Amino acid sequence: MGYDVAIVGGGIIGCAIARKLARYRIRQILIEKECEVGFGTSKSNSGIIHAGHHSPADTLKGPLEWAGNQLWDKLHEELDFGFERIGELMVAWDDDQLDTLQHYRDRGESRGVPGLEIWDREQVRRAEPNLNRLVKAALHAPTAGVVNPYEVCFSLIDSARNNGLELRTDSAVVAIDDSDDGLRLQTSNGTFAARFVINCAGMYADRIAQMAGVGDFSIHARKGEEYLLDKRLVGLVKRIIFPCPTATSKGVLVIPTFDGTIMVGPTANPIEARDDLTTSAGGSEQIFSQVQQTVPGISPRDCIAEFAGLRAVADGEDFIIGPTARRGFINVAGIQSPGLTAAPAIAEMVADILRQEGLTLEPNPRFTPAVPKHVIFNDLDTAAQQQQAANDPHFARICCRCELVTEGEVLAAIRAGAETLDGIKFRTRAGMGRCQGGFCTWRCMELIAQELDVPITEVTKRGGDSWILCERDGQEAAHAD
Amino acid sequence: MTETDRLSHYLCIGCPLGCRLEVEETDDDIIVRGFTCKRGKLYGRQEHTDPRRMVTTTIAVRGGRWPRLPVKTRDTVPKALVREVCAALRDLEVKAPVAIGTTVAANVLNTGVDIVAARDMPLA
Amino acid sequence: MLTEHPVHLNDHYDVVVVGGGPAGMAAALGAREAGADHILMVDREKDAGGILWQCIHNGFGLHHFKEELTGPEYAQRYLEQVIDHNIDVLTDSYVYDIDRDKNLLVMSGSKGIHRIGGRAIVLAMGARERTRGAIRIPGTRPSGVLTAGLAQKFVNMQGYLPGRRVVILGSGDIGLIMARRLTLEGVEVIGVFEIMPHVNGLNRNVVQCLHDFDIPLHLSTTVVEIHGRDRVEKVTVAPVDDQLRPDLSKAWDIPCDTMLLSIGLIPENELSRRIKLRLDPVTTGPQVASTMETSVDGIFACGNVVHVHDLVDFVSQESELAGTGAGEYVTGHRRPADNIRLVPGDNVTYCVPQTISTDREHTVYLRVRHPERKCTIHFGDVYRRKLAYVFPAEMVTVKLQPRVLQAFHGDTLNVRVEARE
Repeated sequence: MGYDVAIVGGGIIGCAIARKLARYRIRQILIEKECEVGFGTSKSNSGIIHAGHHSPADTLKGPLEWAGNQLWDKLHEELDFGFERIGELMVAWDDDQLDTLQHYRDRGESRGVPGLEIWDREQVRRAEPNLNRLVKAALHAPTAGVVNPYEVCFSLIDSARNNGLELRTDSAVVAIDDSDDGLRLQTSNGTFAARFVINCAGMYADRIAQMAGVGDFSIHARKGEEYLLDKRLVGLVKRIIFPCPTATSKGVLVIPTFDGTIMVGPTANPIEARDDLTTSAGGSEQIFSQVQQTVPGISPRDCIAEFAGLRAVADGEDFIIGPTARRGFINVAGIQSPGLTAAPAIAEMVADILRQEGLTLEPNPRFTPAVPKHVIFNDLDTAAQQQQAANDPHFARICCRCELVTEGEVLAAIRAGAETLDGIKFRTRAGMGRCQGGFCTWRCMELIAQELDVPITEVTKRGGDSWILCERDGQEAAHAD
Repeated sequence: MTETDRLSHYLCIGCPLGCRLEVEETDDDIIVRGFTCKRGKLYGRQEHTDPRRMVTTTIAVRGGRWPRLPVKTRDTVPKALVREVCAALRDLEVKAPVAIGTTVAANVLNTGVDIVAARDMPLA
Repeated sequence: MLTEHPVHLNDHYDVVVVGGGPAGMAAALGAREAGADHILMVDREKDAGGILWQCIHNGFGLHHFKEELTGPEYAQRYLEQVIDHNIDVLTDSYVYDIDRDKNLLVMSGSKGIHRIGGRAIVLAMGARERTRGAIRIPGTRPSGVLTAGLAQKFVNMQGYLPGRRVVILGSGDIGLIMARRLTLEGVEVIGVFEIMPHVNGLNRNVVQCLHDFDIPLHLSTTVVEIHGRDRVEKVTVAPVDDQLRPDLSKAWDIPCDTMLLSIGLIPENELSRRIKLRLDPVTTGPQVASTMETSVDGIFACGNVVHVHDLVDFVSQESELAGTGAGEYVTGHRRPADNIRLVPGDNVTYCVPQTISTDREHTVYLRVRHPERKCTIHFGDVYRRKLAYVFPAEMVTVKLQPRVLQAFHGDTLNVRVEARE
């Protein structure tokens, strides 16, 4: 028997849709080409929940941004990820930009975004004393927030799986044809039939649509480089800092991530290759020279890691969401910024589309909204830490010293599905700190090898050919016993 | 012998100055040039006539606190034999516990030099 | 056989030493010599001894033990003394918090989580390696880019190889040592690339680790891009000009599966920052007095936490002093406070300790900004010494006798290195 729904792509959008559909009595499967969910565009996302006033009203993005924003508190309450509405400041450096601030405020207010206020220089300085003193004014939006996007993916997928979702990773869709009762997906790892296929394949959504014979749009990659700064700078800014957008650019942001680490970026460069995740000398130069004008206390010397992500940009720049000429095939494509913010609203919209297309969505009486909360050792008070360690000695063994992650947390991550160093890193932060895995890499590898019962040499950074270690010459036999 | 055949060059390792030593081999003598101190002169002669090295590597150890045991040559061996010494030890395995200074391979490659453990390896 | 005594963990100790590497071991012994009774040394690995266990090469101990030892031999000699002196050695344990009242939170795999108070604390956490992020190398983020020290641990402690075809970026000693180590393990080491026009490591390592094995050293050359989606597939290298800007027109590609980084160490001062110790902006470690006491009463620091050393022998020497300071602090024999501040002047980047006193002999460690042949080091006008050479990569040590300081009545001494005609 086939599935009612097959979701192609396990990024934030696929995960949010799967979690939404898990509320209903249907059979659904999510197919992801990478070894874990969230390993494509989502893990390189800036992690900003936009305030609700960034996107124009005459787009799909606009209403979905604000609708999505309002759904995050509930998700956060039910699931297990970091989220905080820290607010944002859109900063004007000269008088000409004051109009822009007003324009954004008016747009937000007309949509119902609360709390928008234009602050004068003094107010801005009091709130953010480390901003460049030349600031003229800023638009404060308290509804903006930050999340760890990969944590959100993991949490959504854990919840969906607890409620019946089937997850297939390492499975790339290679062809789509008809089945008795809908569509059939051929993947690198098996064939699956489903009445409805949701195409949220991110960078590759146009190719999936082509396979379904409805490839009437194309996706372009726009690269964004981001630079993570040392924890020493925690608190340098308290809110997300946006420069006033110009006609050509959203500008370089200063983002206090949910973990407190400051991230600066992103660049925005159209590129050809859809897997080009390179960072560049030019990108780094551009980010740091711009960011030093906003927050002079930031220096390139503070950088501990850099990465690049790709935005999946559709023709016309807007989201493409809806049914297609191929019956049962639904597109959720071109989800660039504010896609993360909009994700929960997009999931609602997709459920509505499925209903309109004839899928019966009866509530699942056994649906459990909450996922078991993972212990985050660093967030506990000392008494709770001692209790935790008394119950399980793994919580008294350090794994990652930079981020204070214990073995207990790493083991929990592996038991929740992490199979790779990146899988552990994005679930626990182990290896994400200033030493970038210098201390914890071996420990994490040992724990993966032990829990999954594989040789150390089969442990990878993020699946595929990303091996870490090889045997000494002639040692295969020695390590085998 | 041509002029260049007679000349060899060495980087002195005595201090950060890193003097470029030139060693000339005449029919009855060895002349060292380019040194700044006496140690440099001696080093040039030694390195030219009989370069020797300590060899340090690891061998497999079964049942120990760690899977590898660091070992060293008790004395220096000819530089030309360094790779061969390591190759000779590649398949050697000992059992924990091992005490520091224990000979794990005697008279390696007939050099007269033993290979000894460079630490205690207690049982796991 | 190395057998640590079983530890019965107490709530209070006279001296708690954080870190059991060369600095911690010497400090613990120093504290014992100075009369401290209950001493605890905490280390996160299953053996105390720190990085020395994985530094299996020789070249250690010439100053301290007057003979040439390998890293493990140096570690073992020290650790045996620590055990003989009945110092509590708590391994597999990690100090994760500290306050200014000298309370520590320790997590221990075998003993759970404990709050432990010390009458004096010695911080000896060492340093960590600079990573790719610190120099922002453009390109992809595949596996196979790692620090030389981590590779050394994989090879020498665990018995695995980090790859089969390796490029080494940076000519620090660990990088040079690993070039030889990997070659002897049958790995192809394609070359060592150094952005500066000079080598960072010792000449001895250039000769015995590179020349001996015909491994090329490319000075004024750096890696400008890393390629490979999952695993490193190649790197692009390019020569740099005197402003260190790469000339991409002369770049070339090197197929490889691994890149090791040997680009320096950073003092590990997470705990120092937590209690807001006054830090030296140049060393990035705590400012210390001549007893190695930090800006917080009863908290001492030593070794690579304070400044990055190039010889472990000097770590031992400096750390013993810190231990002595801690021991004297808890036995009520504190030295009089320092009365002279050392101020780095011409061609001096920093001095450790940052203050000294006129009542006794001091060893001052310092580094210079640029190399100089035939120069003189001046401490104000009270002391000067001729030096044959100075190099930024080599720490300069100067002994100051009380007699030269007694005539001095000011409170700061400018320390400078000047060329002689």
